[in-house]
Amino acid sequence: MCAAPRTLYEKLWEDHVVRTEEDGTALLYIDRHLVHEVTSPQAFEGLRMSGRKLWRVDSVVATTDHNTPTTHWDRGIEDPVSRLQVETLDGNMRDFGALVYLPFRDRRMGIVHVIGPELGATLPGMTVVCGDSHTSTHGAFACLAQGIGTSEVEHVLATQCLLQKPSRTMRVDFDGVPPAGVGAKDMALYLIGRIGTAGGTGFAIEFAGAAVRALSMEGRMTLCNMAIEAGARYGLVAVDDTTIDYVRGRPYAPDASHWDRAEAYWRTLVSDPGARFDRVIAIAASDIAPQVTWGTSPEMVTDVVGRTPDPDDFEDQQSRQGVVAALNYMGLAPRTPIHDIRVDKVFIGSCTNSRIEDLRAAAAVVRGRKVADSVRLALVVPGSGLVKAAAEAEGLDRVFREAGFEWREPGCSMCLAMNADRLEPGERCASTSNRNFEGRQGQGGRTHLVSPQMAAAAAVAGHFIDVRGMV
Amino acid sequence: MQVFTKHEGLVAPIDRANVDTDAIIPKQFLKSIRRSGFGPNLFDEWRYLDHGEPGQDCSQRPLNPDFVLNQSRYRGASILLTRDNFGCGSSREHAPWALADFGVRALVGTSFADIFYNNCLKNGLLPVRLPAADVAELFAQVEATPGYRLLIDLETQTVTRPDGKSLKFDIDPFRRHCLMNGLDEIGLTLVHADAIRTYEGRRRLEQPWLFR
Ligand code: SF4
Repeated sequence: MCAAPRTLYEKLWEDHVVRTEEDGTALLYIDRHLVHEVTSPQAFEGLRMSGRKLWRVDSVVATTDHNTPTTHWDRGIEDPVSRLQVETLDGNMRDFGALVYLPFRDRRMGIVHVIGPELGATLPGMTVVCGDSHTSTHGAFACLAQGIGTSEVEHVLATQCLLQKPSRTMRVDFDGVPPAGVGAKDMALYLIGRIGTAGGTGFAIEFAGAAVRALSMEGRMTLCNMAIEAGARYGLVAVDDTTIDYVRGRPYAPDASHWDRAEAYWRTLVSDPGARFDRVIAIAASDIAPQVTWGTSPEMVTDVVGRTPDPDDFEDQQSRQGVVAALNYMGLAPRTPIHDIRVDKVFIGSCTNSRIEDLRAAAAVVRGRKVADSVRLALVVPGSGLVKAAAEAEGLDRVFREAGFEWREPGCSMCLAMNADRLEPGERCASTSNRNFEGRQGQGGRTHLVSPQMAAAAAVAGHFIDVRGMV
Repeated sequence: MQVFTKHEGLVAPIDRANVDTDAIIPKQFLKSIRRSGFGPNLFDEWRYLDHGEPGQDCSQRPLNPDFVLNQSRYRGASILLTRDNFGCGSSREHAPWALADFGVRALVGTSFADIFYNNCLKNGLLPVRLPAADVAELFAQVEATPGYRLLIDLETQTVTRPDGKSLKFDIDPFRRHCLMNGLDEIGLTLVHADAIRTYEGRRRLEQPWLFR
């Protein structure tokens, strides 16, 4: 008799259970722990106070990204509070150790979710955690990857395990082919617009279908990155040739002595035919237009050819109030065409869209064009030092600079504005990041989430414009 | 961890869906390397009229009179009544730290974001999930009744209203056990150190490329 067909999620889960409590809570083994400066200091402090060490030093990969400046690295970190946090990580790395630590100004330093895959430190079949909700990104490699809080960071550092119950499973099928100019970011926003920011709560979402298979690893990472914005802890994509080809030859990927065994195992990391999901959603990729958020939650999103909503169209009072508050914060009237919304700043970066392919896509729109005079600042922040170097080798930095963009050092930057890159009150931004919450990019700032191509197009036009006419 | 068994306290309504952790504690306060002291900056952008920075003396800052926690009838509230998907967004544990530091002991709402829910439980803060109809009634009662208090009993898994009606809630038994006994989860896990080592030993053989 054959074993019952299993989903990818179930395979990964069962592979990592150390033991299970009577009530179903499992002790789940963690293979890779990504660490950054913001959510780790209190965890290391906790270890020190209880006299504990790291359970497995070689599971830890660390970098600084949230607080670091994107200009004048020669001057160090000017904000003393940020500097202390970064230096605290330096100290913790000296005291506790790690497989790799990329400190401030290391040539490979970058956003934690960009460097993991880039180094081959994220490998198929791993459990990956990080004190950061966008850890779901690594699910693109068929990893069980999740964001955790600082207490859990300490728990994993000390025990290599997490206490957890299994999630329900959801499969989202993106069938068919999306139109030219529509990419992974649009797919993600479209899904969130459909199921809402709590639609994935309690679920592990596996992204499947022809349009997902056709995505590069960068595109799959964008999709899984946004799974958390749909409320799901995990995003997942099954292993295929694209996955294997990406991993091959990376610094921390298996060497020749283990490669064939590793690859054979990785190839099993797919949902079996007939595996049962708790929920299945089908989306025709050809229906998806470039997406633009108009409000203060990623679910407040519409097509670039659409308009902001009218609160009067909402029956229930809670939703109506939510729409009124969001339009008010965003400084937008009901039924404003998205095309008519002018932007003050443009930000291309973040763990959602700062990889080489994102920069290529944006550069293709920008090439031979100029940033509109009305745009005060257009910023490109590569996801890591290696992305930056690769882009420069292709001449993308010149394309951006000649058009009037600033070309910066890697880091999180204006995704959350913990460093000097931020919006001023009332400023409006076309941003390739993942959260349009109130104040996310600076107090009073107004964020519209878009794809890299759409951000580039908005920079050139000075307002949102359908990039399908430009590529 | 702080023990939670029973708590009776004043209730304040946060009447909005999808309250994210950026709103609960804005990013500039995440630069701290400490676990405490976040209370004065809880809901900073809604609570004050000026822009807050770490290290400021918040007692001198202009308060936003429209924000619910600034209204005198809700002063000293230790239970927050919340709407759908409270705590969504960033995984920052600074959000429950700020709530606890402010004096909040429990949250009652329809749904909480996954990571936030977990983070609360690790900090002795009890998030209670109730059906939407119950929560709607609670909102109506709180707004109509100054001094409205609730009694939350983790042992019996009930929320008791001033009119005596008691509402049952669910919680994972293991989490409940930890919370009621203030257990150190790391210590609990390390009891199983041998099981972890055995598992690890097997993996070293099966997937040696995961180890260096
Ligand atoms: S880029 Fe933004 S979302 Fe990603 S890790 Fe950095 S701050 Fe978080």
